[in-house]
Amino acid sequence: MLEYGLRFLAGGIAVSAFAALGDTLRPKSFAGLFGAAPSIALATLLITLSQKGAPFVAMEGRSMIVGAFALGAYSWTVCVLLKKFLLSSWTATVAALVVWFAIGLGVSVALFRLP
Amino acid sequence: MIVQFKPSALRQTRWYEYLVRFVLGGAMTVVAGLIAARFGPVIGGLFLAFPAIFPASATLIEKHVRARKEKAGLPGARRGKEAAALDAAGAVLGSFGLAAFGLVIWLMVVQSATWALVLATISWFAVALLGWRVRRWL
Repeated sequence: MLEYGLRFLAGGIAVSAFAALGDTLRPKSFAGLFGAAPSIALATLLITLSQKGAPFVAMEGRSMIVGAFALGAYSWTVCVLLKKFLLSSWTATVAALVVWFAIGLGVSVALFRLP
Repeated sequence: MIVQFKPSALRQTRWYEYLVRFVLGGAMTVVAGLIAARFGPVIGGLFLAFPAIFPASATLIEKHVRARKEKAGLPGARRGKEAAALDAAGAVLGSFGLAAFGLVIWLMVVQSATWALVLATISWFAVALLGWRVRRWL
């Protein structure tokens, strides 16, 4: 329970800090870089290292590469939905989650031979 | 184009908007941990790159830009969407940096966890920044 409390606190602080930093930067395209900051990873990897060890974290790092490319495809889809289809930000960002799941899980199944 | 740092922009964000980000970020970190514990590191690692607060952030950007434009007597709806789209375009470039972060962790963490985390963070920023500069040159 304490572990998950620590994760919550660390994740909340890391995500808020990167998001606040993004708010203060201009132009918006540069600030957007912080939308793909490793905030959850930084918050969680130290705890995972102490609990599960380095080989477990190495495997997570490998999968994170796939997750990052899924995030790239997701962000591009959000951009298209906002600019071409003029959807609201909320609708576009929630609808595009389908892309993240499809690419992330699809590529993981194909590359890592998941059942 | 010069990158500007404007701390005054923080005043646009209301306290409950910070709270939403904090709770979403914390909750997603817990969920990523639970997924890794239940399904193992392959699926768990994937969720370290989940766009957890993207919907909340993009909605905030759209709302703030729209409000600013409308206050100045300009139609703000489209400008708000364009600002959120620009932020998303930046995140596309940032995701290459995130992939570099994962790569360094994968290759180095068994040798030295501290150095892996430090170098992974530097790699994230360097690759994201390079992508942004290249995008501007094109």
